[in-house]
Amino acid sequence: MPKVNLSHFEAALLFSLFTSIVLGVVTKRTDRERLKYGAYCFGSFLVALFGLGWLMYLGHR
Amino acid sequence: MTAKENTAAVTPIGVWGPKVLAAWIVPGGGHFLLKQKGRAGLLAVSVIAMFLLGLMMRGQFLKPQGGDVLNILIYYGGFLCNLMTGLPYLAASWLGYSQPDVAGAVHDYGTKFLVTAGLLNVLSIVDAYEIASGKKS
Repeated sequence: MPKVNLSHFEAALLFSLFTSIVLGVVTKRTDRERLKYGAYCFGSFLVALFGLGWLMYLGHR
Repeated sequence: MTAKENTAAVTPIGVWGPKVLAAWIVPGGGHFLLKQKGRAGLLAVSVIAMFLLGLMMRGQFLKPQGGDVLNILIYYGGFLCNLMTGLPYLAASWLGYSQPDVAGAVHDYGTKFLVTAGLLNVLSIVDAYEIASGKKS
């Protein structure tokens, strides 16, 4: 099994992507609603990722 | 309770049992048996990719161990989550994957990826159960 060294950003991005796909697939009742919910979850993860990143950066200046 | 929910509550185990079992053993397997191949594929790819990334980051399989309440919660909960990944976890264990707990962000991410793969599979198992028992379409 090859070893990978992902940065914090890459790991968090992949985590967000796969989690959003599953959350989109198992919730809601139509494909359109699932797609919208998956995209919403992924967007929310990104907002939290960048928001917390900036918060930590500004908190350590 | 509506009539539909009442009907679902008495759905015999023979109807939903095999789907739930398949969903646990192979991520997406329950949806595949329910003839929802697109959703089964997405679930399988997501859960297995998350699990493989966890292995490639050399994450640790958590094992039950005692200690204070938080420790018990983390290690027993983590072990159960690992177990819920099904065949990928069992195969990796049988093939001898054993990563000691080492310091480092990448290893830590790997452990979280392995645990989360199991949690995502729990969601797919619950979804397969709800579809098979008629609570959801």
